[in-house]
Amino acid sequence: MEIVFALAVGILAGSGIYLLLRPRTFQVIMGLSLLAYSVNLFIFAMGRLRMGAAPIIDPARGSDPALYADPVPQALVLTAIVISFATTALFLVVLLASRGLNGTDHVDGREPDQE
Amino acid sequence: MNGWLQHLPILPVLLPLCTGALLLLSSETQRISRATISICATIAQLTVALVLLVMADGHMAAPWPGEVGVYALGNWAAPFGIVLVVDRLAAIMLALTSTLGLATLIYSLAHWKRAGIHFLPLFQLLLMGLNGAFLTGDLFNLFVFFEVLLAASYGLALHGSGAARVTAGMHYIAVNLVASLLFLIAAALIYGVTGTLNMAELAQRAATLGEEDRILFNLGAMLLGIVFLVKAGAWPLNFWLPDAYGAAAPPVAGIFAILTKVGIYALLRFAVLLEDAGTPAPFGGDWLFYCGLATIATGTLGVLAAQKLDRLAGFLVIVSSGILLAAFGFSGTSLTGPALYYLVSSVLASGAFFLLIEMAERNRTAAADMLSITLEAFGLQDKHESEHPDEMAGVAIPAAMAFLGLAFFSCALLLTGLPPLSGFVGKFALLAAAFSAPPEASIQQAAMFAIALLLSGLAGMIALSRLGIRVFWDTERPAPRLQWIEAGPVAALILLCTLLSLGTEPAMSYFNAAAQSLHDAPAYVGSVLPATTVKGAP
Repeated sequence: MEIVFALAVGILAGSGIYLLLRPRTFQVIMGLSLLAYSVNLFIFAMGRLRMGAAPIIDPARGSDPALYADPVPQALVLTAIVISFATTALFLVVLLASRGLNGTDHVDGREPDQE
Repeated sequence: MNGWLQHLPILPVLLPLCTGALLLLSSETQRISRATISICATIAQLTVALVLLVMADGHMAAPWPGEVGVYALGNWAAPFGIVLVVDRLAAIMLALTSTLGLATLIYSLAHWKRAGIHFLPLFQLLLMGLNGAFLTGDLFNLFVFFEVLLAASYGLALHGSGAARVTAGMHYIAVNLVASLLFLIAAALIYGVTGTLNMAELAQRAATLGEEDRILFNLGAMLLGIVFLVKAGAWPLNFWLPDAYGAAAPPVAGIFAILTKVGIYALLRFAVLLEDAGTPAPFGGDWLFYCGLATIATGTLGVLAAQKLDRLAGFLVIVSSGILLAAFGFSGTSLTGPALYYLVSSVLASGAFFLLIEMAERNRTAAADMLSITLEAFGLQDKHESEHPDEMAGVAIPAAMAFLGLAFFSCALLLTGLPPLSGFVGKFALLAAAFSAPPEASIQQAAMFAIALLLSGLAGMIALSRLGIRVFWDTERPAPRLQWIEAGPVAALILLCTLLSLGTEPAMSYFNAAAQSLHDAPAYVGSVLPATTVKGAP
């Protein structure tokens, strides 16, 4: 499981960074989203990967921490998802505004050959 | 009474939050009541910050024992709940934020708040993020407050719209989104290794890590440092800064003058706390010193190359960031106090400068594009009707040019560090401390620091006088019309700097005390986690 998880995080992050460095705004926003996904998965993994362990204490199973997954990273992921969702939406608006004002989707607001 | 006083540290976060929400609900057409609410809220924040400033120094009975005030949110004890921590440094930064906030807010009421929508709520949320970032004692909470202030700053950077702003704003947002993702990776790594997000407990755990964990921890700390350096505008992570600051509306650029200092504050706070853990690279030592020097160098080159006042101001912000980074990277802790003095003076001066340049450039040909931007925001209106109605009706100060010239001259003195104003005192104190630092600091380092400081001052003087001549000795234009609420904040900020230089002795002793209590990490840890025994590794 660790290998698959690590590969998923790595591939998402790699594709995200590649897209982030591309010159078109749509590629940049896709890159940012992929990077945010990989970061969210990474935060999740920092609570150690556990199968079949809930993060909430179940009265039937007792309160031994070894029986449960770490709830803190899950709470952090939730916050991170909300924040990255909101900032991506904001960035999308800026991207559209830039396209409308400059007439191009290049990140510099002008095509590289038209000085 | 005392029961209420103990809730004082949460007010700098709660007040702007509630005000921002309230302003969002009220209609944009109720101009006077909205302006009154914002100003009252900001004055209340300033009052709270000043009370905290006095309390942190022990002049007023504080509701907490000891020097460091700890406020546990929801009354959950430290390692489990989130805490806010007030010490002298945090109180200084709070007071600085609300002072600058009040000045830029009043300035913006003249007409800038109407160049787009939601200026006032976003402004309050920006203040909330700033205050929270200075107060929090929790790593993830710091991330959240960073996001709050960044989200508000994205909106403000785009305030007034226009192609230049949107392009610069897009770069600013992209860079900061990447930095936020790095912050998340860093926070997750640090949590994964130490099992805590509380900054005080982090300091304890970091000192007792095993060999294998230490590598991961240092990686996390390194990423965290990079994030703070991006925010601080350190070379080579600062190319977004002059564009974003130059393109932003003047009152926004004015409050942005303090944004870079948030990064520096966080860097400083963590550097002290992680000292026991052997201070990972980006937080201190030679590495930070040379990074600071490189920042000063790029800032200086930019200052010399700048053709417009707003870009010049952006590069001056970079220079001041560089000076602070170099000062904190300097071996020994004797530079921290003077550096804080310099920080306060440079933030006030660059805030005033950002406000000033818009007034000075008004009525020049370059101001025409500013006007067209405002027109765009108003929609397609007849040009003659929408030309800043207030400006036409406002009282024209007869000596407008004289005021602008004097203010520009004072700002130039402050920003380049020439006597007699506080910029000079700050730089002089830095140099004096650098040369009298304990022997482990090489004289070579002190000399390099001195050269960088003086050269950057010289370059600033050259650039400011060159551009100043172009702006003020231009006979081709009518004198700009100013309103009192525009001129007042600039005058007040410069007056504050003058007061700071007149009251150098008490101010400097306060800053030195702040530096001393900052560097006393055990006291910080002890206050946040009273009587803790390290409860085993995670």
